[in-house]
Amino acid sequence: MKLYNGGKIITGLVIFLGIFLAPLAYNAGKAAYIQPKLKMPENEKECVESKEFMRTKHMQLLDQWRDWALRDGQRMYVNSKGKVFEMSLQKTCMKCHTNKAEFCDKCHNDASVTPYCWDCHVQPEGLKK
Amino acid sequence: MNHTRRNFLKFAGLTAAGLCVASAGGALAVSGAGSAIRDDEKVLKAKRWAMVIDTKKVGTKETIAVLAKACHAAHNVPDIPGKQNIKWLWAAGFEEAFDQPNNYMDEGLEKREFPLLCNHCTNAPCVRVCPTQATYKRADGIVAMDYHRCIGCRYCMAGCPFGARSFNFMEPRLHLDLAALNKEFPTRMRGVVEKCNFCVERLAHGKQPACVEASQGALVFGDLSDPASEVRKVLREHYTIRRKPALGTEPGVYYII
Repeated sequence: MKLYNGGKIITGLVIFLGIFLAPLAYNAGKAAYIQPKLKMPENEKECVESKEFMRTKHMQLLDQWRDWALRDGQRMYVNSKGKVFEMSLQKTCMKCHTNKAEFCDKCHNDASVTPYCWDCHVQPEGLKK
Repeated sequence: MNHTRRNFLKFAGLTAAGLCVASAGGALAVSGAGSAIRDDEKVLKAKRWAMVIDTKKVGTKETIAVLAKACHAAHNVPDIPGKQNIKWLWAAGFEEAFDQPNNYMDEGLEKREFPLLCNHCTNAPCVRVCPTQATYKRADGIVAMDYHRCIGCRYCMAGCPFGARSFNFMEPRLHLDLAALNKEFPTRMRGVVEKCNFCVERLAHGKQPACVEASQGALVFGDLSDPASEVRKVLREHYTIRRKPALGTEPGVYYII
């Protein structure tokens, strides 16, 4: 078998792989990503749903809450254990999670996402000029 | 098995179908938090919410300012000086309110001020023109807004014949007293339209609208479809008019003259 322009192709592949794998080399030996330590509510042990569900699916849950409360006018949520909550970010979530900086922002910053909840919703600490 | 084209296509088809089923299952699992939704037990329900305003009792700028203050405090509505102000409830004279200029009107009516707000029309033009369904009609007659969806196109402002809608030309929080915010209700952001919502968030928990509560009986709120309701009783006993009835939008706010 003959590889036409073999030298150029192989050099190109080596350069490509070098750049492609550079982040791995750069991070080699460093500690793995650790989930940030969140400030958990003191008076409440259980959230609306399980911890795992809330961690991965709270955005979808909030989306559904909005549509149920606004569009369907049904404002109470019965969770999988039968406990009832009002579907409201400010009246329910923020009553326990009283610190946006110590709770929401920690994961959102690590995941590099900037949800625009707080453009309108009032954060639990209140607003300052 | 023979490596024929037929076998290859069969295998590829089955794989594609399997992937479809798997991803659909994943999407369904998201909504499956094993939960149910319902009303608050105290919820106030109606087939058609309506309001009757006794303009003999609230007919001055001062009395209307009390209503507006209660409403604007409950909903975090800013007070912006100039033309870009946001208003959910405001005062205007007879001609502006009812579009029926009359050059020999009695003095009492000529000087009276009328509280104006969103009429929650049966045939609401704002609902029809909204391209994103951010403004929508609830089954109980309330014209409500989902600010998450509003793209600020302002078609609804052009459609509304009553001037009931305000646009946030600037960040409303700059003009709010941040220490006195109602922390149970959101603010809005720059670039969305807003208006009176007949206090859906209060009705959901069995409370009357904020302006009705502050009016000391001058405003009556209730179910228009129920002949025994308070609004129907007041409508039977008084002469009332609505704003711009010729347009056919069927407003849900009645004025006792």
